Amino acid sequence: MFELYELIQVVIFFVLLIVVSPFLGSFIANVANGHKNFLSPVLTKIEQIIYKFCRINPAEEMDWKVYTLSLLFFNLFGMIVLVLLQLLQSYLPLNPMNLPNVELTLAINTAISFVTNTNWQSYGGETTLSYFVQMTGLAVQNFLSAASGIAVMFVIARAIKIKKGNGLGNFWIDLVRITLYVLLPLSILLAIVLVSQGVVQTFSSYTEVTTLEGYKQMIPMGPAASQIAIKQLGTNGGGFFNTNSSFPFENPTPFSNFLEMLSIILIPGALVFAFGKIVGSKRQAWMIFGVMLFLFVISFACSAAAEYSHNNIFQTSGIMEGKETRFGILNSVLWSSATTAASNGSINSMHSSLSPVAGMFALLNIQLGEIIFGGVGSGLYGMLLFIFLTVFIVGLMIGRTPEYLGKKIEAYEIKWTIIAVLLPGIVILLFTAIALSVNAGLSSIANKGPHGFSEILYAFSSAAGNNGSAFAGLNTNTFFYNLMISLGILIGRYGVIIPVMAIAGSLVKKNITPVSQGTLHTDSLLFGILLTGVILIVGALTFFPSLAVGPILEHFLMQRGIVF
Amino acid sequence: MKPQIVISLKIFLMLTIITGLIYPLFITFAAQIIFPQEASGSVIKKDGKLIGSELIGQKFVSDKYFSSRPSEIDFSPMPSGASNFGMTSTKLKSLFDERKKEFAEKNYINDADLTPHEMLFASASGVDPHITPQAAFLQVGRITKARNFDEHRRRLIILLIASLTEKPQFGFLCKPTINVLLLNIELDKIE
Repeated sequence: MFELYELIQVVIFFVLLIVVSPFLGSFIANVANGHKNFLSPVLTKIEQIIYKFCRINPAEEMDWKVYTLSLLFFNLFGMIVLVLLQLLQSYLPLNPMNLPNVELTLAINTAISFVTNTNWQSYGGETTLSYFVQMTGLAVQNFLSAASGIAVMFVIARAIKIKKGNGLGNFWIDLVRITLYVLLPLSILLAIVLVSQGVVQTFSSYTEVTTLEGYKQMIPMGPAASQIAIKQLGTNGGGFFNTNSSFPFENPTPFSNFLEMLSIILIPGALVFAFGKIVGSKRQAWMIFGVMLFLFVISFACSAAAEYSHNNIFQTSGIMEGKETRFGILNSVLWSSATTAASNGSINSMHSSLSPVAGMFALLNIQLGEIIFGGVGSGLYGMLLFIFLTVFIVGLMIGRTPEYLGKKIEAYEIKWTIIAVLLPGIVILLFTAIALSVNAGLSSIANKGPHGFSEILYAFSSAAGNNGSAFAGLNTNTFFYNLMISLGILIGRYGVIIPVMAIAGSLVKKNITPVSQGTLHTDSLLFGILLTGVILIVGALTFFPSLAVGPILEHFLMQRGIVF
Repeated sequence: MKPQIVISLKIFLMLTIITGLIYPLFITFAAQIIFPQEASGSVIKKDGKLIGSELIGQKFVSDKYFSSRPSEIDFSPMPSGASNFGMTSTKLKSLFDERKKEFAEKNYINDADLTPHEMLFASASGVDPHITPQAAFLQVGRITKARNFDEHRRRLIILLIASLTEKPQFGFLCKPTINVLLLNIELDKIE
């Protein structure tokens, strides 16, 4: 079992999250509003140089269509560049291991997944990608995909706040400011601390050593710390090395583990308070944060209980398969909960080797729509969709026009909300069904029995939820999976972003209804409970059947000692 | 829309320079100055030759050395990897039984259930550098015998384990562990 001090660590983790989030959130709100802050003296000049070079007029406001098209084109361009970088890798510098050009479907898969903040790993960092591609390709998209997500969240927040307006901000300004003021400073701090713990940051070639017993061992190197910092902070999750944050050069000590884990939820948590500040309601932020935290704690507690409970196959508890000694059981489960609740997808233990119930909670966290903190920006705008849905349902029950923070939620908004809520679910279930019906899908399965099914279900859940973690037994570096997963990722990302932007475009034009006696208060405990109920009902109705034939079945078979 | 497209290309270029070149170069520069050893992989030299990294576990087969954890990739991280076995995997079950028997026989342990779990299951990275102090203590008898050590030297090994045990970081982060490579290097110094 766990020791008392391990429990203290968990408590400190949550306390830090709760204490730091409001402060960082308030800072991010200032960045969104264009206000001056303590970094302005240094960064304003750099900002101005960029705007001048790019001929951007900082005063220019965009409506939702121009904003969306700018974002889509910027992402598309990012994908094309990232594909090209991989295809031309062998002609580019900083490739000390002379790694060959990346195969086309793998390059497309990796590009799409990094631009959309998914960071699915069909590639193995140390054997597939050069330092140059990791640095100027992947790490750049780690920043830009995170900034894109946060920008969309700024837009929906402004749409709620602005009365009868049209402009929703300027995508380029948001992009630059988020990158310079939020992501870069935090990454620099984290990267340096990670190096102090032993994360590598070098351009030298891989090192071959002769071990104490005389074997040859090749040790991969690279500029990892700079990339890992933003990978954790930007809910990206694509590892520099194949086994991600379980690899000692990516996550060497309990302290580095603690920081990387906190970084996963830090910005998604802070953005809730940034939203609260932009729309002018702190209580609203605490309600949303409370719902997220509640779901997260429940999921973590259940996963931990599952990991510590007796396993009838091995006749013991606390299985260490796919876990690192320096993290132990508790920190592996806390990470698996955090990385799936926030759509990070980095791992410090192998999710495929978790107990079936802990694996199920990882899966469920993703399937609920990546809204328990969720991806940077995307988690909150996903949560807002569920809030619109709840407001609408409650409105029907009490017979009042549904409104949220004074803005009427009408048929147009609900139509888009339903599309955005259902699309990822459709992708997950439909694509899993397709993969189960064709040879190309089945031949990649590594584990037999219900676990094999869970592998496929997890892969498409991870794709549609833009998470990026995996039940990695499944060999997804095939033509079939590279393309299917890419498609799933695209629908899961833009199938939500476009509806959210359309809703923002509609909300911004509306008047703000003054608060009256009949107003439904969305910052109350009651509303928090209703919201939690709606999230769980939608998630359960959509996914329970699939979970029943996957992890739940596996759990009962395991308890009867049956192996495959 | 056309001006936006031009802006898009230019801004992509600018942000790539900042986040893809200046940022990693700055971190590399700072890291190599402040933490040169850590930033370069915490490598260990012995008699002028590289014998490994403090953070990357090694394969130890000989009875004279403390064993590392089982590794799916045989400690060759090109690429790193784990088994990814599910809990209901036959292969995992048979590997588990095999390792349990082997560890007990190799170390003359009567009750195989005493074996710490990390010695029975493969790690996540394939190069986990640590084991628990318990797993190290269980190997002392076998090493003493393989090295023909007397009682005094056996005690030195035990003291070595105690002194090299890494306590929970800051007193509360994770359980105690011991680095197998560092332990074996020190072990070689006992004569």
